[in-house]
Amino acid sequence: MNVLIDKFDVFAGGFWLTLQICVLAAIGALILGAVVAVLRISPVPPLRALGTGYVNIFRNLPLTVVMFFAAFGLPALGSNADFLRLPGLDAIFSRLDTDLPYFRFALIALVLYTAAFVCEALRSGVNAVPAGQAEAARSLGLTFGQNLRYVVLPQSWKASVVPLGSVIIAMIKNSALIGFFGVVGDLSQTADQLTSAGGYAFVPVAIGISIGYLIMTVPLGALLDRIEKRQAVAR
Amino acid sequence: MAKGEPLIVLDGVNKWFGPLHVLDGVSLSVGRGEVVVVIGPSGSGKSTLCRTINRLEPIDSGTITFDGQPLPAEGKALARLRSEVGMVFQSFNLFAHKTILENVTLGPVKVRGEKPAAARERGLALLDRVGIANQADKYPAQLSGGQQQRAAIARALAMQPKAMLFDEPTSALDPEMVGEVLDVMTSLASEGMTMVVVTHEMGFARHAANRVIFMADGQLVEDAPPAEFFANPRSERAKDFLSKILTH
Repeated sequence: MNVLIDKFDVFAGGFWLTLQICVLAAIGALILGAVVAVLRISPVPPLRALGTGYVNIFRNLPLTVVMFFAAFGLPALGSNADFLRLPGLDAIFSRLDTDLPYFRFALIALVLYTAAFVCEALRSGVNAVPAGQAEAARSLGLTFGQNLRYVVLPQSWKASVVPLGSVIIAMIKNSALIGFFGVVGDLSQTADQLTSAGGYAFVPVAIGISIGYLIMTVPLGALLDRIEKRQAVAR
Repeated sequence: MAKGEPLIVLDGVNKWFGPLHVLDGVSLSVGRGEVVVVIGPSGSGKSTLCRTINRLEPIDSGTITFDGQPLPAEGKALARLRSEVGMVFQSFNLFAHKTILENVTLGPVKVRGEKPAAARERGLALLDRVGIANQADKYPAQLSGGQQQRAAIARALAMQPKAMLFDEPTSALDPEMVGEVLDVMTSLASEGMTMVVVTHEMGFARHAANRVIFMADGQLVEDAPPAEFFANPRSERAKDFLSKILTH
């Protein structure tokens, strides 16, 4: 078990990288998922079809395949995902010793994949708001956007927040795949480094990695339980 | 706009829910200041008729004009039209996350761009008028059904509508609360508001309506002044309906 102490810095580095990509992917997926959800409930049929198409593709493909497309498809199209080199984001990317585009590819894949589930979690919240609320808002003359903003969304987030949390927890665990797509040094890829290259026994390394993931996911799950309990009391 | 020109005109309106012909060639015109009560057995299409007037239910064929303009398609123009037609629902549909006063001021502030202070003042006056000014800062769930429905009427009136649609406004109420809602509606009617009221309250139809419309199986069967309709229904369907509801 000495590996946990001797190589603590490797685990910590892996934890840090995984946390970074998860925070970025969660933000990206929440934004994109919200946009897709608005498309899916929009009164304009082509927009609705677009949203539905998006969800049908990305919810039903394995994440591995989405990652393959990001990591091999984007370069084939001549893109290194440089469009993600935004000022604030770039500061985070450059903290990585090797600024390979794979981090960006992995981020794109995680965001695209998770956004489909975020969309459905948000939509289930919207569907939980009685139809009469939106009807009353329409009959007052509120536009679709005003209706969402002032009437539907403020009531839907309560029903959305718990499923959204589950989506984010799943995303954190899904991020373990990025090591297989060229991102060096995330939490799960640390296992490969320490066992194949470092010669450490697998089980202690796996325990260390599990602890790393649990540190991220367990508090999030506990938070969701608290929110759920509070809602149950309020109801 | 001539005074004689009707405010709401439906002409040959048809609507299907799947195979169900829920509105079958309905033509109807409602004059300014007129109170039209729509009655009929459940499933006769009367609620649907009411909801087509502000296009909460789109129709399959025929035309509906409001204030001389055909109903626009979904979008800004339709939103503007809806803001001129007040609607009161069977299940109140007050915004559950907003106080009673916020319910009443949301439309004026967000749709009409009124100043919040002015909308608030007018909202309080309306709540006073329907007799629930002391409930202004409560949430809908804290009010009785009758109070909620009166708040919903105030919310619709806050838009200063040209007409009011009532879709079974008392059907979800406990019997002792029906009167307080009908009182508000009766006073509205006497002040000259144009109203289309779907209801089972025959008393209201008798004393407040200018005309009674009887619907059955999606068709407009009778259209007569209340005294005439209740005394001498012409159709068998109406006779049958009235005999069932008036014997108890």
